[in-house]
Amino acid sequence: MKCIGIIKELSNYLDEALDSTLQASIEEHLKGCEDCRIVVDTTKQTIQIFCNSEPAPLPEDTRLRLREALRTRLRRARA
Amino acid sequence: MSTPKLDPLEPRTLLPSTVVKEDEPVLVADAKTGDLNAFETLVGRYERKIFRLAQNITQNREDAEDVMQEAFLKAFEHLPEFQGNSRFYTWLVRIAVNQALMKLRKRRPNQVSLDEEIDTGEEKVFRDVEDWGPSPARRYEQAELGQILTKVIGELDPAFRVVFQLRDIEELSTEETAETLGLSVPAVKSRLLRARLKLRTKLNRYFRRSDKS
Repeated sequence: MKCIGIIKELSNYLDEALDSTLQASIEEHLKGCEDCRIVVDTTKQTIQIFCNSEPAPLPEDTRLRLREALRTRLRRARA
Repeated sequence: MSTPKLDPLEPRTLLPSTVVKEDEPVLVADAKTGDLNAFETLVGRYERKIFRLAQNITQNREDAEDVMQEAFLKAFEHLPEFQGNSRFYTWLVRIAVNQALMKLRKRRPNQVSLDEEIDTGEEKVFRDVEDWGPSPARRYEQAELGQILTKVIGELDPAFRVVFQLRDIEELSTEETAETLGLSVPAVKSRLLRARLKLRTKLNRYFRRSDKS
């Protein structure tokens, strides 16, 4: 498999969505290709960093406006 | 049950949103009967994530606030239709992303189409291949890291960032993402790959060993 083939299958490889033959073929290529190893590793880290990032706390004024909007609209709906 | 503290350096682990709290089915059931307190507990649990989702998609704080409000109001109004076939949060995300896309289309009617074909030609991924070393995110404070992630995702075309947001941040499946966005599964996969590669390239600026170690 060539480097461009690794890129085409990168998402499936990282999502563990490949059959075992293709997976083994990619791993064989990665053993001998540092550039592809780095691309695979840094793409994996990209996903992990986003996935594990905590959302910032909601600003207090935004939170209060949300609560007020909910209560106002729901009171109106019930009236 | 307490929410586990996540370390961005650890291998992918369960996110707070994936840890369905034991009381959630009860809260949803109570909210369905019109119990606003139960619904507010659910809001408190997910407001930060929904606001981030809205901000990432609309790239505008005011719009994000509107989207969040509308999403929660719609969720409350349509709760009787929620059958519990998916997690409550997944259902909420679908509502929020549709609100966000409507807002985005209103603001930029000629620029936002998820239907058009996107060039999936090979990106120059090997142009700047540099190792990040272990734990690159640990070099930044959490707030600073959050700003970096918001900035780089905002630099993506909306068609890419919406797919990335749903698959890799909200952790919807490929099929759920396709259904939510009205795209085919191959289109979702193709856009996700492009988004991941583009974000990797953009994060290179911050995480490569040569810049900050």
